[in-house]
Amino acid sequence: MNTSAHIDELKHILHSLLNEAKQQGASAAQAGLSQENGLSVSVRLGEVETIEHHCDQGLGITVYFDQHKGSASTSDLSPDSIKETVRAACSIARYTSADPFAGLPDQDLLQTEFPKLDLYHPWSLTTDHAIDLATQCENTALNFHPAISNSEGASINSHQGIHILGNSLGFLHGYASTRHSLSCSVLAQADDSMQRDYWYTVARNAVHLDSPEQVGKTAAERTVRRLNARSLSPRQCPVLYSANIASGLFGSLIGAISGGALYRKSTFLLDCLDTLIFPEFVHIHEQPYLQGALGSAAYDNEGVATHAHDIVNQGLLRSYVLNSYSARKLGLQSTGNAGGIHNLTIEPGTQTFAELLTTMDTGLYVTELMGQGVNIVTGDYSRGAAGFWVEHGVIQYPVEEITIAGNLKDMFKAIIAIGNDVDLRGNIRTGSVLIEQMSIAGV
Amino acid sequence: MELLHLAKNALLASTGITDQDIEKVLSSLLSSPLDTADIYFQSTHSESWVLENGIIKEGHHNIEQGAGIRAVIGEKTGFAYTDRLELPMLMTATQHVKGILKQGQNAQVNLKNHRNAPILYPSVNPLKSLSDQQKVDLLQKIDRETRQLDSRIEEVIVSLLGAHEHILVVDQDGQLTADVRPLVRMNVTVIMLDNGRREQGSMGGGGRSHYHYFIDEERALNYGKEAVRLALVNLEATAAPAGNMTVVLGPGWPGILLHEAIGHGLEGDFNRKGTSAFSGRVNERVASSLCTVVDDGSLQGRRGSLTIDDEGTPTQQTVLIENGILKGYLQDKLNARLMGVAPTGNGRRESYASLPLPRMTNTYMLPGQDDPEEIIASVQHGLYAKNFAGGQVDITSGKFVFSASEAYLIENGKITRPVKGATLIGNGPEVLTRVSMVGNDLALDSGVGTCGKEGQSVPVGVGQPTLKIDGLTVGGTHVA
Repeated sequence: MNTSAHIDELKHILHSLLNEAKQQGASAAQAGLSQENGLSVSVRLGEVETIEHHCDQGLGITVYFDQHKGSASTSDLSPDSIKETVRAACSIARYTSADPFAGLPDQDLLQTEFPKLDLYHPWSLTTDHAIDLATQCENTALNFHPAISNSEGASINSHQGIHILGNSLGFLHGYASTRHSLSCSVLAQADDSMQRDYWYTVARNAVHLDSPEQVGKTAAERTVRRLNARSLSPRQCPVLYSANIASGLFGSLIGAISGGALYRKSTFLLDCLDTLIFPEFVHIHEQPYLQGALGSAAYDNEGVATHAHDIVNQGLLRSYVLNSYSARKLGLQSTGNAGGIHNLTIEPGTQTFAELLTTMDTGLYVTELMGQGVNIVTGDYSRGAAGFWVEHGVIQYPVEEITIAGNLKDMFKAIIAIGNDVDLRGNIRTGSVLIEQMSIAGV
Repeated sequence: MELLHLAKNALLASTGITDQDIEKVLSSLLSSPLDTADIYFQSTHSESWVLENGIIKEGHHNIEQGAGIRAVIGEKTGFAYTDRLELPMLMTATQHVKGILKQGQNAQVNLKNHRNAPILYPSVNPLKSLSDQQKVDLLQKIDRETRQLDSRIEEVIVSLLGAHEHILVVDQDGQLTADVRPLVRMNVTVIMLDNGRREQGSMGGGGRSHYHYFIDEERALNYGKEAVRLALVNLEATAAPAGNMTVVLGPGWPGILLHEAIGHGLEGDFNRKGTSAFSGRVNERVASSLCTVVDDGSLQGRRGSLTIDDEGTPTQQTVLIENGILKGYLQDKLNARLMGVAPTGNGRRESYASLPLPRMTNTYMLPGQDDPEEIIASVQHGLYAKNFAGGQVDITSGKFVFSASEAYLIENGKITRPVKGATLIGNGPEVLTRVSMVGNDLALDSGVGTCGKEGQSVPVGVGQPTLKIDGLTVGGTHVA
């Protein structure tokens, strides 16, 4: 695929889409278009289980008739369908109310510079090669330990896509990106009980993936160590979140300081700008321009320029997370976060994971959370958990069928340490997080 | 035949694909030996409307269409799809799928029309059941009347969703089955402020119907009333207890317990692979003798109902647990064949772009003999959980959670005070063995459930009578 020619072709379609909106009477419009294709191969117990060829496309348009808004989308990019989609959006705008805060972003906030972010690394992965890699990965897991008894398989995914965004203020840009991943999930058995766990690696560039052997070994290790888990009696104790699930805590932070939650006053962090919401050592910032990172982007879903900036500095909340609409509702300026954040980085501390265990001394090390028990309006937090009981800095035994509970406002302030074991596989990058005290329930 | 005619019109006539084109694709696919193959055509028109802050803020319309082509041999599946309903694109997808098959002989398949199962819902387009002006007026009426209920209401958010879906399944024998599926859903959320404390309440419902469903019996207005009631309860709620205690679950939506604790673990794929905590346990006791649990996709008009599943199999009532004994699993074609049983009409897919999996439809427990008030009166100290937010299960360890959003303490046989939402956690194969009382008040949920599995979302229903469970862990903050 000649990417730049393809981008130009799709830009052309988008341009005609915006023209069509204008012809149908819209005073302003924004449109997005994407095309993606990929291959997913899964192997279970040494045999190919599925080979899936993915090929998706879609376009969406938002039109404004003064301050009346309407939107529509379709997976069909034919000229007739494009006209029909624009017509549907315009028709809806006749019935929505005038909203003084609706509209395109302010022109001077739109991105005008497009630095290379190193997001596109196509992988000439054949089906046979994918089968080999997944098989190696699963084999390593199956042979890792005699307790490994079964498998949900290993799968490999390789996707590439093109994304175009434009609006009637003249913004029109497109880029290509890739995403490759390898995952493995196996079961272990002891007496009557079974456990399952998994591991994965993901990267923009396949050369940055962990080896199949490493993924398989980690999946197997994580599964075997869960065997013979017990519950815990109710207690209050310190809780150490492993790096891969600690990201969820900061995901809740972002939810609570997002424009929508703020203007609806449905957040436990209302009116907290420039107040202390974390201990002073906590520093959280957004890094949209990291080369090759999973969350990198020069502009947000409205074309507004992203910028590296502090969210929390010395424990103080320094910025909300806003799109144009919520910014106008709040009398502020968009922070370039329409569609979310871009590489939220929780500045790592100096302690290794082992040192964090020593710091905790006696408490719960959580490696898995279940359920959605987080209330952003009140901060109330109650979730199912599994992990390990730790005494004197040493893991004692696995635990399961317990809950951990608290209130996020208190939990944020009760963070004692953040590890240097940063998990780079997502859009939120954090090390393990140690919280001074939470409520545990179990049998 | 009527459904087939409608689906063919929507999917084939409008795109120019002919019966001969389908025969060509199928013949090409079947030129290699295989066990199961199908072509799944789908088109979905959907819309959403959102009212917030007293104004109609958002409206969205979406059209999605495409075809998925699948071939299965043994346990191997090849799959490809296209969102362009054109013969060359279907042939390209077929070539991708054949990558998994051995080279074979030429084949010729002829299409046969297939009789449809009984009709469970109207084939009308819900999007056209009200004019856009009427939809907008309905949302504004709900907003107005809900705001009048209490002066402490700060915000009312009302959403209306509708979808009209046509599907056409062609299997390896050339048999055609079709369905036309309406689905509507409405939700009302209120935010209330009292003495500086803010709480939210939310209520919704829907089903395979048209928008008049919300006007009939004043359902929409009642969602508003219920949302306000829930927010008021939350405003009074104090810290939930932490620990293992007797839990009484209310009727209806708390049936999410059955969905998480039992249902997922009984899906055929996990049991064929031996990865479920219920694997190999048919005819064993997994619940108290008071419990009979079924999955039924053939209920009239329910959110989880389907005339046929996404493989063309008519849906049915499947007994999962009978008087406490595990009776069977939920099957799609692939897993049924590999386990040597019949499909149960539970092969479902999110869309043409995903593979079918064994999934639940409407899962519920049959009513028992007990008066719900007597169930509460029998508890010395425990939790009465009436509403839930959602749940999750680890099908291998059997551990499941579900999050109460409305709960009360029971003290000395009486419901005393509301407590904050808390996650409840238990072990699927054990939890129903501790059911000691089953109410005579079976209710199904109001039609809001969505189930996720392997990244695919499908609409589902749940239900149950009032249940007493002697011992479940409640994840509050108040450690006694």
